[in-house]
Amino acid sequence: MSDGAPLLELEGVSKRFGPVQALDRVDFAVSAGEVVGLVGDNGAGKSTLVKTIAGIHGADEGTIRFEGQAVSISRPQDATALGIATVYQDLALCDNLDVVANLFLGREEVSAGFGQASRQLDEARMEHQTGELLSNLAVTIPSLRSEVGTLSGGQRQQVAVARSLLGEPKVVLLDEPTAALGVAQTAQVLNLIRRLRERELGVVVISHNLVDVFEVADRIFVLRLGAAAGEFAAESTTEEHVVSAITGVGSEREKQNGDPEAGAPGGGGGER
Amino acid sequence: MSETATTAPAPAEEAMPRPKETLRRLIQGDLASLRVVIGLALIWAIFQFENDRFLSAQNLTNLMLQIAATGLISIGVVYVLLLGEIDLSVGAVSGLAAAVMAVLNVKHGWNPYLAIAAAVAVGMAIGVLQGSLFSRFVVPSFVVTLAGLLAWQGALLQVLGSTGSINLTDPKITGLANTFYSDAVGWIIAAVVVGGYGAVLFLGHRRRAAAGLDSESFAGMGVRFGLVAVVTIVATTVFNSDRGVPLAVLILLAFVVGMEYVVKRTGFGRHVFAVGGNAEAARRAGIRVNGIRVAVFGIAGTMAAIGGIMAASRLLAVNQNSGGNELLLLAIAGPVIAGTSLFGGRGSVWTALMGALVIGSISNGMDLLALSSAVKFMVTGGVLLLAVLVDAIARQQRSATGRV
Repeated sequence: MSDGAPLLELEGVSKRFGPVQALDRVDFAVSAGEVVGLVGDNGAGKSTLVKTIAGIHGADEGTIRFEGQAVSISRPQDATALGIATVYQDLALCDNLDVVANLFLGREEVSAGFGQASRQLDEARMEHQTGELLSNLAVTIPSLRSEVGTLSGGQRQQVAVARSLLGEPKVVLLDEPTAALGVAQTAQVLNLIRRLRERELGVVVISHNLVDVFEVADRIFVLRLGAAAGEFAAESTTEEHVVSAITGVGSEREKQNGDPEAGAPGGGGGER
Repeated sequence: MSETATTAPAPAEEAMPRPKETLRRLIQGDLASLRVVIGLALIWAIFQFENDRFLSAQNLTNLMLQIAATGLISIGVVYVLLLGEIDLSVGAVSGLAAAVMAVLNVKHGWNPYLAIAAAVAVGMAIGVLQGSLFSRFVVPSFVVTLAGLLAWQGALLQVLGSTGSINLTDPKITGLANTFYSDAVGWIIAAVVVGGYGAVLFLGHRRRAAAGLDSESFAGMGVRFGLVAVVTIVATTVFNSDRGVPLAVLILLAFVVGMEYVVKRTGFGRHVFAVGGNAEAARRAGIRVNGIRVAVFGIAGTMAAIGGIMAASRLLAVNQNSGGNELLLLAIAGPVIAGTSLFGGRGSVWTALMGALVIGSISNGMDLLALSSAVKFMVTGGVLLLAVLVDAIARQQRSATGRV
C-alpha cells in the first residue's frame, strides 16, 4: 500500500492553547496511496493535529517535512501551495452559493482576453470541469447549479471532498467525513475515499466511528490527551486493541476486568 | 429587468418551470425581483387611479431624477448588505463629499472634474477607514459607522464653514442632474442598450455551447431579450415625450449594470458573496476576508460620495442638511424592500434601483396627492416592515423545506 519515504511527516509537533497542551510531541506520517485513520477521544487533539497540518494554526514546535523537505506551514495558503487539502467537519461550504461556485471558491477560473482585466469568471469552463470531476468520482448531484444549502448531508460531504481535489493535492485531510450521515450516504463517502487512494493520494481520515475507520483505513493512528498512543495496521488489529489505546485503560484492564470505561469488545460503536 | 440579471446562469430545466413551481419560488423569494415588479405595478396603478398625472411623462421623468441620488447610494449599501453588515454613515458621507466638492469648486476655484474626483476620493477614503476599523478591531460595523454618521456630519458643518450653504453654478456640476438628451440621441442610446444586451445573451449562449453545457432554450432567451427591449423602448418614449433621456438616469443605470457585473461575474464579487454567506469558509478557501471587507466599505463610501454629488447637482446647492434627514434610512430600506437580504449572501445590485423606485414612487405619489410628511413617513415605514416580513417568511419557508 505504501512504499518509500512518507509524503508528509511530522516530528515532535507540539501545540499549546494557554494552559492546555493540545498536542504533545506528536510524530505522524502518511504516504502516497495510503489511508490513515486518525482516532482518539473527544479532546484528544485530532482536530488540532489536522488544523496544524492545514495551517489554520501553526505548530509551537516540531518539524514538518513534505516529500522529504522541511517546510513551514503557518497559513492555510502554505498548506495549499504544498499540495495539502483539508475537508473540515463543519464542511466549510457556502450555503448561499451553488455547487460550481463552492468547488472553485478561492481559485476561480478567469476568462481569457477581454474579461481578464476585471477577473471575469469563466462560468462555462468551471461548470464543465465540475461536471467532469464529479462524474469521475461517481458523485451524483441533481444540478450543478443548485445551491449547496439545498443538498443532503452526503451530497454536501461529497462536494466538500471533490472540492479539495481541484487543486491537484497530494495529501487530503478529512475531518469526520461520515459524522451525521445515514448508512447509504456513509457508504458513498467511504467509496469516495477509496477512489482517492486509487488516485495515489495520501489520505488522513479523522473519525469517531471505528467501524468506518476499519472499513477504509490501511493504518490507524491513535491520539490520547494530545500525545501519540499507538499505531496499528488495520488488517492485523482488532477494534478492542484500538479502543484500549484510545481510552488508555488497556493495561489496567487485566486487573480490573469489567470496567465499563474500558469498553467491551466491539465497543467502538459506542465511541461517540 | 432585474430578472435577466439574476437568473442568467440558470440551467435549461429551470428556464420553463411549471406554474406551481413558479408560484412556490415567488413566495419563497427565488423570484424576489418579480415580486417587486408586481408591487411596483400595484403602487403605480393605485396612484394613477387617484391622480391621473402620476403616470404622465413629466412626472415619471421627475420620479427618475428624484431617485437617482438615493439609488446611487443604495448600490454601495447593497454591497455592504451582501456581507451581512450595515453602513449607517452613507448619508453623512454623501453630504460631506458634496460639501468638499462645492467648497473646492466654488470657494477655491478648482476645475469641476478635479473637485468631483476629490469628493469621490474623500468618500472612498472614509469607507476604507471605516472598513479597516471594523475588520481590524472586530468592532460591529453598526457601531463604527454610527460613530462615522456623527463625525462626518460634524465634518460637513466644519467644511461648509460659517456660510452654511454653498450654491453650485458650474455647468459641469449642475449638468449632472439637469442634462437631457435630444430624441435622436435618446434612441441611439436605447439601440445601444438593446443591442448590447442581445450581444451579451448571444455570446453567453455560444460560450456555454462551446463548453458542451446545457444552455437556456431560445424561447427563454427570446422572452428575456423581448422584455429588456420593451422596457427600454417604453422608457425612451416616455423620456422623449417630456424633456428627453436624462443624463442622471444613464449614470444610475451605468453604475447599476457595472456594479452588478462586478458582484455577479467577477472573482471579487464571488468572494463578497462567499464572505457574506460563510466568512469562515471563505477564509479557509484562502480568500482574504478582511481585504474584501475593507474593499466593500470603500465601495459604499465611494457610491455614497457619487450619490451625494448627484443630489447636490439636482439641488444646485450644498447645505447643512445635505445627506441628512431620511436619506440614509431610505438608501438602506430600498435594497431590503426589493429583496436583498439583511443577513448577508443574498441579493443583487438591481435591488438598489428597484427599491429606490418603490420608495420614490410612494413618496412622489403622496406628494401629488398632497399628503403630509407625517403620512408619508408612516406609509414608507409600513412598506419597509412589510418587505422585511415577506423576506423573513421566505427564509422560514426555505428552512422548512430544507433550503437554507
